[in-house]
Amino acid sequence: MRLSLENRDRLIGLASPVLLLLLWEAGSDFGWIDARFFPAPSTIAGTFVHLAGSGELWDNLAASLTRLLFGFVIGGVPALLLGLAMGLYRPVRALVEPLVAATYPIPKSAILPLILLVFGLGEASKIAMVALGVFYPVLINTVAGVLEIDRIHLDVGRNFGAGGWQTFRTIALPGAAPLIMAGVKLGVGLGLILIAIAEMIGAQSGIGYMIWNAWQLMSVDTMFVGLIVIAVLGFAFTWALDELERWLLPWKARG
Amino acid sequence: MALPELEVPVAKIEIAGLYKTFPTRSGMFTALDGISLDIARGNFCTIVGPSGCGKTTLLRILAGLETASAGRAAIAADDPSKPVNAMVFQGDSIFPWMTVWNNAAYGLHMRRAPRAQVNDVVTHYLDRTGLLPFADRYPHQLSGGMKQRVAIARAFATDPEVLLMDEPFSALDEQNRTLLQDELLRIWDEDKKTVVFITHSVDEAVTLGDRIVVMTAQPGRIKTIVEVPFPRPRDVLELRRDPAYGALVFRIWGELRDEVARARRQEAEARE
Repeated sequence: MRLSLENRDRLIGLASPVLLLLLWEAGSDFGWIDARFFPAPSTIAGTFVHLAGSGELWDNLAASLTRLLFGFVIGGVPALLLGLAMGLYRPVRALVEPLVAATYPIPKSAILPLILLVFGLGEASKIAMVALGVFYPVLINTVAGVLEIDRIHLDVGRNFGAGGWQTFRTIALPGAAPLIMAGVKLGVGLGLILIAIAEMIGAQSGIGYMIWNAWQLMSVDTMFVGLIVIAVLGFAFTWALDELERWLLPWKARG
Repeated sequence: MALPELEVPVAKIEIAGLYKTFPTRSGMFTALDGISLDIARGNFCTIVGPSGCGKTTLLRILAGLETASAGRAAIAADDPSKPVNAMVFQGDSIFPWMTVWNNAAYGLHMRRAPRAQVNDVVTHYLDRTGLLPFADRYPHQLSGGMKQRVAIARAFATDPEVLLMDEPFSALDEQNRTLLQDELLRIWDEDKKTVVFITHSVDEAVTLGDRIVVMTAQPGRIKTIVEVPFPRPRDVLELRRDPAYGALVFRIWGELRDEVARARRQEAEARE
């Protein structure tokens, strides 16, 4: 049977993690690697089943997802609106751009202590961290997306009498949408990193808390369960956003 | 004794003493140097000139996309409910994120036209341009000629007082250009709108126009205005067989030749 190139790639893509897991399992069983630091995948799977059965895993997952969702909306929506305004109106860009350029390079994880001071140890500080992580990539990509719109399309809007809001809705937003989607994907990735970090400090729930708590209890397999959950989350978000993109941007020619 | 009332023909487009200058690094650049031109109702006016002669600037001022430095350009609005102008732009101007249908309906949507009207009008012009079977396609699935047909349908659909066309066919190959010229003539014949059509092709100017305005090289002035005597409706291919067509093209080329040479010299000097 001949496989299409795409299906062959898919098979190879599936085979590599399976192969890695098999090697890991064997290495752990035969004592080639230290099972205290790298427990066998079967052990981790057992812990996973246990944590899932007790509900602990789902509680932590739900806590993280809720914070991600709120942070995403609170960071993403203002970034989108500000980005559109910056892209369309030169004075707004001149006003905000230096602030963005100055604050963007600060590692968001380095702001965590300040965030904890301002927002306290509760939910607000976690949500703020995610919001910060999402804000910058969405903002920067939205501005770039609007600036990349062919001038002729803005002329068409003016010529056909599009007002400010109509220009936003019919030209700036759809025209910048491909780059905005790229920004959203970056933002989700950063959000995942930051939520894990934020939950390690002063949190009582969440996947990050689960990992940190497992370290304190020397429960390495629980730690691995947490890491795998984050990896799966990242994978699931990327897949969902790709599907969303396909649905939202049917006009992009795909090779 | 009462004087008999004189019928004063009021021009549809009135351009009087129009100047446009831009500041550049090497001083002021004069794009338009005192253009005065009246265009009558229902006239298909073509403008030819060497590249850089300011013809696009003239059209953009008429479209309200740029302001004049001095002088005036006015379009007489006969019906206040209609848009004053609609432009067909040079190059790819339809929105890649909208279907053919929504692109053609854009002007009507911006004017919040009732749905029934949008349906009727857009169906009519997509049909006239042969695009109705492609109404749900996106531009990336269309050829260059089809995209330009969408832009033409979009402009006609708003039923503007004046239609402004900026070298709309310049990016197309010869065959497509001839086809679209023919189609444009047929659609235009329906209600004979006032048209200002910019082109660098003398053939195109003669084929389409009632009058041809020949412009000088930079700074842009009107060199001469030539009336085109050919009857309508015109058939593009039949017209080109007429010996009078060749004679007119030859005459306009004669007017234009010196200007093109001058534009070249200016370009060469600017490079030094």
